[in-house]
Amino acid sequence: MCLGIPGEVIEFLPDQPDLARVDVSGVRRVINVGLLTDDLPKPGEWVLIHVGFALSKIDEAEAAAALQFLEGIGQAYADELEALQGSQIE
Amino acid sequence: MTDRGTWVDQALREHEEHAGPLSQEAEPGAARPGAAQPGAARPGAASDREQQVLDRIDRARRRRPRVREERITMSHGAGGKATRTLVEAVFLDAFRNPLLEPLEDSAQLHVNGGRVALTTDSYVVSPLFFPGGDIGDLAVNGTVNDLAVSGATPLYLSAGFILEEGFPVADLVGIVTSMKAAAEVAGVQVVTGDTKVVERGKADGCYINTAGVGVIEHDVSLGVANAQPGDAVIVSGPVGDHGVTIMLARGELDIEADITSDTAPLNGLIADLLAATPGVRALRDATRGGVATILNEVATAAGVGVLVNEDAIPVRTAVRGASELLGIDPMYVACEGRLVAVVDGGEAGKALAALRSHPLGADAAIIGHITADPPGLVLLNTAFGGTRIVDLLVGDPLPRIC
Amino acid sequence: MRFVDEFRSADKAHALAAKIAGLCEPGRQYKLMEVCGGHTHTIYKHGLEDYLPESITLVHGPGCPVCVIPMGRVDDAMALASQPDTIMTSFGDMMRVPGSQGSFFDAKAQGTDIRMVYSPLDSLKIARQNPDKRVVFMAIGFETTTPSTAMTVLRAAAEKLDNFSIFCNHVTIIPAIKAILDSPDLRLDGFIGPGHVSTVIGCRPYEFIARDYGKPVVVAGFEPLDILQSIYMLMVQLSEGRSEVENQYTRVVPWDGNLAALTAINQVMELRPYFEWRGLGFISHSAMRVRPEFAKYDAELLFEVPGVRVADPKACQCGEVLKGVLKPWECKVFGTACTPETPIGTCMVSPEGACAAYYNFGRMNRRRVVEVSIS
Repeated sequence: MCLGIPGEVIEFLPDQPDLARVDVSGVRRVINVGLLTDDLPKPGEWVLIHVGFALSKIDEAEAAAALQFLEGIGQAYADELEALQGSQIE
Repeated sequence: MTDRGTWVDQALREHEEHAGPLSQEAEPGAARPGAAQPGAARPGAASDREQQVLDRIDRARRRRPRVREERITMSHGAGGKATRTLVEAVFLDAFRNPLLEPLEDSAQLHVNGGRVALTTDSYVVSPLFFPGGDIGDLAVNGTVNDLAVSGATPLYLSAGFILEEGFPVADLVGIVTSMKAAAEVAGVQVVTGDTKVVERGKADGCYINTAGVGVIEHDVSLGVANAQPGDAVIVSGPVGDHGVTIMLARGELDIEADITSDTAPLNGLIADLLAATPGVRALRDATRGGVATILNEVATAAGVGVLVNEDAIPVRTAVRGASELLGIDPMYVACEGRLVAVVDGGEAGKALAALRSHPLGADAAIIGHITADPPGLVLLNTAFGGTRIVDLLVGDPLPRIC
Repeated sequence: MRFVDEFRSADKAHALAAKIAGLCEPGRQYKLMEVCGGHTHTIYKHGLEDYLPESITLVHGPGCPVCVIPMGRVDDAMALASQPDTIMTSFGDMMRVPGSQGSFFDAKAQGTDIRMVYSPLDSLKIARQNPDKRVVFMAIGFETTTPSTAMTVLRAAAEKLDNFSIFCNHVTIIPAIKAILDSPDLRLDGFIGPGHVSTVIGCRPYEFIARDYGKPVVVAGFEPLDILQSIYMLMVQLSEGRSEVENQYTRVVPWDGNLAALTAINQVMELRPYFEWRGLGFISHSAMRVRPEFAKYDAELLFEVPGVRVADPKACQCGEVLKGVLKPWECKVFGTACTPETPIGTCMVSPEGACAAYYNFGRMNRRRVVEVSIS
């Protein structure tokens, strides 16, 4: 029920402004973008898909920031492990 | 299920009799590991109680199967728990004999000093024609595969047709042409058959039933009960292609993708494998219920654990995308041209090489191995690094797949 | 898969796990509730608990919209489905939910026309294709799904379809969380907040949890790294003695929610004065019904439904599991009389139910990954 999948907007259907074709890993489906009328996604942008509707646009900058934070933690962890292995207390 | 109150009470009584009283008042808060010492491996009380529950569940699962429903549901055809219960409680119960009991893909018979494999299948796929093949391809390849995984050389098939009044003859010719081509590739002959017609509205166009006969020439005796700790588990290629193809071909979901069915005869691939190494313990073709169902059959039949790595299981990108979109797990999705092999750990390298040198096994991969513990369970090391179990499916995510 | 695989990477998980372990005060136990059934599902499916130290317990919350539907409402749905010339359409999750006379699945086996759909729009399509039948859509879900149902009703109205209606069982998340907070049985330290519900309602509605109850809330995404990071953010708040609402799922959740979605809901639906939740009893202003202006799309008005309140079987402890008071395996009938094949209650039958998640994925003796804590 909470199932929401990221998909890339490919194109809008010519005669139906509410409908867009999205791509999820090579699988294409038409979904309704009526809930995003205030800020319609453009082809190439990504949306979160839930029961045939786009619920939200995926903010790529925020996604990148989230990953960067995780990378940072990962790097810090690796650094500390290295430091731990390298240090000697005597 | 008419009176649920009675049903529930009855179920409770049964479990009291067979598995011990369901006492153990679980007081809220009792399970909080509040008394744990910092640094202790596990809070003793909570883990013991949880283990008791897990043991009780294990005993319940081993009980004699019973069909509770009054009517057949689609689950009974899904290849998962309900199918198994139906087969054991109704068919095996009635027909019981040593040849039937292994419930492998083929029965292994002794006839006049030789060993013969006999199998039967029915094909009710909808739609009849789909990317990568049609019901005719499935009928020939599926039957050939059931024989081949028993170590037999497939020789002869029967083909019984149940046709719906109004079904286009041109479509029937198309199906039969596919069967002819598939039989040639597999090296088998259709030697007998039958035709029936039912009224408009039944049989959904065309149903096909087959039987297949082959000769077991090798010394190997294949069977899932042979699996031993240390054995490797191998799949011959990407999983889930067929099931997802069918689901999309139904057109109800308005999803398009470039996925085709993987229907193929595996007897050539299997012959190469068996020639390359004597270490093959068991072979199964992954149809309804997918790879996960076979792994569970291995675990149950041999009383072993199966540990697989999510990262190692080959899945095509588009199959993965469609599965995520639909909320289904590729491990449970039907294939029609993939085999799962359990192989002596020391021979795994040779087995893999043999598979990979055949076109149908080019993407073969070792996905895990057999363990002693926990017996009867399939565990998955997730790509994320955690562990979870892989149980038999209850319902049917993809009905009428094959 | 983009925006999915990156958030499932194991190497970052180890780092986060070490950080989380490092933030645990020695001797202190932490209980964090994940409200959303989707989170429960992810936690078990990816084996996420393997990364948590013993001192952190995850408590499963009531955010499973199928699980909270009382048996009486399921009976009502079955009554609708068995009307003549009627096609009932429903998400797959509902098919096996037991009412007092069986489930949709059982009814289907007996010949009732019940069809699984992926989207309410599919139900509309069936209505268009079957003008001589009345098509009912079983509308369930929290605020994640409510806007989609609302948009579908608006579409039906625009197309002047007169054979389509919904049986509205949409519920709202805040009253459920409040019921948990007010429950004397639980002492939770923090909340892993709903992810997709928040794309619609935003993060503000959770402020009362931090402000009035002093518990931190982190709105979390659905990939395992999202949840692990959210747990980390909660632990940081707890170690710093803060209680605030934070958003981990910033790539999808806007702080102010989705105005178009909220507007659609408001246009088509209104809050019921009260609604019965399985296990939590009657909660006021916690569920939606169709507004009078759209009465011709309201199956409850178009058809006769029994509307009888049905008590759960005595053996069923779904209520306590939904509140997080009992773990799934602590329910007396878990795994024996109540299994996914023979479910007594909803927690075992919904893919987001805690019991289903534990039975299908978690039913094993867990060897926790013991992390060296570097602080």
